[in-house]
Amino acid sequence: MTVESTAARKPRRSSGTKRATGADARKSAAATQSAEPQLVQLLTPEGDRVEDATSSEFAPYVADITADDLRGLYRDMVLTRRFDSEATALQRQGELGLWASLLGQEAAQIGSARALRDDDYIFPTYREHGVAWCRGVDPTNLLGMFRGVNHGGWDPTTNNFHLYTIVIGSQTLHATGYAMGITKDGADSAVIAYFGDGASSQGDVSEAFTFSAVYNAPVVFFCQNNQWAISEPTERQMRVPLYQRAAGFGFPGVRVDGNDVLACLAVTRWALERARNGEGPTLVEAFTYRMGAHTTSDDPTRYRADEERAAWEHKDPIERLKAHLLASGHADDAFFAELETESETLGKRVREVVRAMPDPDTMAIFENVYADGHALVDEERAQFAAYLASFEGGN
Amino acid sequence: MAIEKMSIAKALNESLRKALDTDPKVLIMGEDVGKLGGVFRITDGLQKDFGEERVIDTPLAESGIVGTAIGLALRGYRPVVEIQFDGFVFPAYDQIVTQLAKMHARALGKIKMPVVVRIPYGGAIGAVEHHSESPEALFAHVAGLKVVSPSNASDAYWMLQQAIQSDDPVIFFEPKRRYWDKGEVDVEAIPGELHKSRVAQAGTDLTLAAYGPMVKLCLEAAKVAAEEGKSIEVVDLRSMSPVDFDGIQASVEKTRRLVVVHEAPVFLGVGSEIAARITERCFYHLEAPVLRVGGFHSPYPPARLEDEYLPGLDRVLDAVDRSLAY
Ligand SMILES: Cc1ncc(C[n+]2csc(CCOP(=O)(O)OP(=O)(O)O)c2C)c(N)n1
Repeated sequence: MTVESTAARKPRRSSGTKRATGADARKSAAATQSAEPQLVQLLTPEGDRVEDATSSEFAPYVADITADDLRGLYRDMVLTRRFDSEATALQRQGELGLWASLLGQEAAQIGSARALRDDDYIFPTYREHGVAWCRGVDPTNLLGMFRGVNHGGWDPTTNNFHLYTIVIGSQTLHATGYAMGITKDGADSAVIAYFGDGASSQGDVSEAFTFSAVYNAPVVFFCQNNQWAISEPTERQMRVPLYQRAAGFGFPGVRVDGNDVLACLAVTRWALERARNGEGPTLVEAFTYRMGAHTTSDDPTRYRADEERAAWEHKDPIERLKAHLLASGHADDAFFAELETESETLGKRVREVVRAMPDPDTMAIFENVYADGHALVDEERAQFAAYLASFEGGN
Repeated sequence: MAIEKMSIAKALNESLRKALDTDPKVLIMGEDVGKLGGVFRITDGLQKDFGEERVIDTPLAESGIVGTAIGLALRGYRPVVEIQFDGFVFPAYDQIVTQLAKMHARALGKIKMPVVVRIPYGGAIGAVEHHSESPEALFAHVAGLKVVSPSNASDAYWMLQQAIQSDDPVIFFEPKRRYWDKGEVDVEAIPGELHKSRVAQAGTDLTLAAYGPMVKLCLEAAKVAAEEGKSIEVVDLRSMSPVDFDGIQASVEKTRRLVVVHEAPVFLGVGSEIAARITERCFYHLEAPVLRVGGFHSPYPPARLEDEYLPGLDRVLDAVDRSLAY
């Protein structure tokens, strides 16, 4: 049990966390170097339920999960992976300019997203296709920016799912500010901010930790530590396990098996409950792995070994839940067959929609630059329209 | 003479290699510059040959990259930092503008800031948001910084070394859409001055002034115009701070017409300053107002609209015609 998740054990009313003394901090830093930090895990890679001290602490948060729910989580992961592989294929076929694959991170995304309420607000980075899926964002809407027809493609207020953010770490501050607003409003909804292990090096992320702690903002920082920031391994970003950083800011951090959908669900529910109870921010580090390239323009063979990927393949989030469903008799062949058909239908729809996606109108360049309009934009729009018209006239 | 044909990317790589080789104080720093060789492979192979102490993979933090480079410079090093893409320089903008640019003045000239910030910039590569911008005016506006951009392999090779040798901070904008263009590099030449413009093509009827990615476009425009019987001079500015106004003036006194071309928004861009100064200097020589061709006062659009947004042959030739019609 880690220092941080000890604070987690009695979250109900005690506001704030145990204050670490200098000696404590040194002790825990030393502990870090010697032992691998403990992961919160509820399902082993073989699909068995875990029953140890750490798991029993978080297990109650998923005690209500039925066989139906488990099949639902499985379905979410399978369809998300299907969507993702379709998008990768579409990039290869030249239909998309770029794609950032979530392959391997399905459990972290689905588990955390299924913990959320409709009135919670989400700030993703650019890889949260599974979270978008759980929010009911039409997956084809995610492809517009990767195809190059828009910079967003969905209305963030419809599903409380903010636009993707490409500048690393920026959104963690937006999430914190949004959460501060929730507190001011006296509401009990919460905010979740997604970011990567690399992002944790950005000043913005540290500032988000500072603000959220100082204002006790109801925000869950959900870091998917997929081990890499493009070519840089986590050792190039940090020297202590990431989740421990929270302690220095005065809120709890916990490391969860990011390939275990049940554990991700449980831990996120726990963190959200803290937020709703007025206990402030939490850092969740979902320990996972990016199975593919960083994006379709990246070549991971330049910087990482095949064996590494092979080792993580054994921990695949989808296979793990499948094994559990089969062993527990919660799903039969008919279920898997039906899901396979559903996957194919989804893939086909995504393909068709993307291929039919029209290019934006040229004059869209001048649209939505300002809410109230702007004389210079109006002038340039008129000049450019006249310029374009001069071709039509001339031909 | 030792002439080699190479791409701009390769020329930059060779230039960095030479700088690392000749001066042990030179350091390369940035995200993914080590094993990966940078996302554009500009630093390819350098870490392998010079080690992790000279070619440093940094944490993902631009303010940190530039801020620590300032400290290293104070300690006598000459850091060359890579910002992965134009749109990601802004987390470092504070360090560049409030610290890097002003340190020499604040120390009454007692300390120097030999830091080079390399930024791949500009559009036309079909990228997503923040990967295609031209923020050079934001840096040229800041006193204490020098701002340059090569347009060809030879300049890429030589200007980068000159930037590294400079005791002033240099913001080195690399025209990413031209990285794969090849050209001849004389690796033993005596290079021209870093901040002097260059006549890329001589002509008598009108001057096109451009830098970085737009020089090639202007040369193409001059070729098309030549077929129509117009003689266009193309001036490659090479430096946006300082600007070689003498060079442009000399050309304009000859041709009497000037069109400035850049990808960055026209409003308050580098072209605005050139138009104003040249109007002042060449008022009695000019046959037409100085015209500018560039981006709009709008965010850089999604990739499928960038061909419309970016100055192309037609927009440059249209400006040429308008100028000649006065
Ligand atoms: C401010 C900024 N700097 C650099 C980049 C270029 N870049 C895009 S993704 C990335 C790595 C991100 O790694 P991590 O935060 O671990 O997230 P992951 O992509 O692994 O999910 C980098 C360096 C960027 N988008 N924004």
